[in-house]
Amino acid sequence: MMKNIKILALVLTVSLMTFNCSKDDDNNVKSNAPDFSGTYVQEDQMGRPAVNTVFVASADKDTYNITTPSSQNAAFQSKFEANLLALSPAYANGGTNALGQDAATFTGLLATDVLNVSLDGKTTFFDGENVLTGRALADDVITVELLLIFGGEDFSENPGLSNDNVDANDKTFLTSFPYLASPH
Amino acid sequence: MKKLKTVLGIGAIAVASFFIIAADHIDAPAVAGGNSDITDFYAFQGQNEDNLVFVANLQGLLSPSTTGSATFNENVLVEFNIDTDQDNIEDLVIQAVPRNGKMYFFGPIAPAQTGLNSMIQTNALTGEVDITAYGSAPVITTNGGMSFFAGPRDDPFFMDFAQFSEIIAGNATGFNSPGADTFAGTNVMSIVVEVPKSMIGGSGTINTWVESKRK
Repeated sequence: MMKNIKILALVLTVSLMTFNCSKDDDNNVKSNAPDFSGTYVQEDQMGRPAVNTVFVASADKDTYNITTPSSQNAAFQSKFEANLLALSPAYANGGTNALGQDAATFTGLLATDVLNVSLDGKTTFFDGENVLTGRALADDVITVELLLIFGGEDFSENPGLSNDNVDANDKTFLTSFPYLASPH
Repeated sequence: MKKLKTVLGIGAIAVASFFIIAADHIDAPAVAGGNSDITDFYAFQGQNEDNLVFVANLQGLLSPSTTGSATFNENVLVEFNIDTDQDNIEDLVIQAVPRNGKMYFFGPIAPAQTGLNSMIQTNALTGEVDITAYGSAPVITTNGGMSFFAGPRDDPFFMDFAQFSEIIAGNATGFNSPGADTFAGTNVMSIVVEVPKSMIGGSGTINTWVESKRK
């Protein structure tokens, strides 16, 4: 039995090698079409900036990346809330952020890691007027998140922690496609 | 202030790697720094306001000396997910996967299956573009109102991550003013696709996220 398996394996190996050789044969006209077959299995995902890095404990980071957004709230909201309360004094004693969200509400929003995008107008993470209508390249998303984490009801709490004082990219973005600046 | 430091210290232990590298750079051990590591995701209205632009960046913190040898991996599919009915399940996907120096784009199209496993929607090829070489002008193609780009770009993310690390480590009590952009001078591998809004729901609010998937 064992021997048969080995022979079978050998036959399979040889046939696979043969297949690979013919695939690389330039005389074969069919080889021009790229092979897109197969199943692709998730490794990483991202919606809003910094959510996994900020709120997910080390042991959970890989799991979070392979939990579908529709399942993330049930699996992670309470952990996010505990981490937020441990991290920021702004939410102690029922405190809220400038959006009027307490710790449970804010982490309820963040745990489902999708980016909300408006198809009807300005797209920005936060510009003082529009909230979570997209994410533009120039949006200072880290300061927005620091303000929401540490800044309290009116963005005035913990001022040394609520702005990293880096307000813009080191290169100017393009006004037209592909929008991102050329590489350094 | 001392109390705050104590609170932060507890937070640092509890969260352990708060802002390890921010946005999503090197966010989790299984993908850290590899060719499936998503560093950032953007979605914004295009220069043509009837269009929306999706940007996925991978492989963060590429120095100028290493950018020229950075490549997209042919076994890694990048998938933009679009939920048009507020249930956080994708109704449409745009898939991008490289083959032989080109990036191929499929969709927007309803995926054959939602969730963690994907097949490439070969019935919905909407564009392809040569992957731009480091140091060359960006190669852009258009088809059916969509625009396509793939290649190295400046990392658009900015943050004083170094000082944040000092705060979390208990070595500093706040940020500096001005701060220093830890990501200045570094590059990423970018995939940019611009699509008419009419192809992704037309109006209202969509929920969107990006995934990397490996064959």
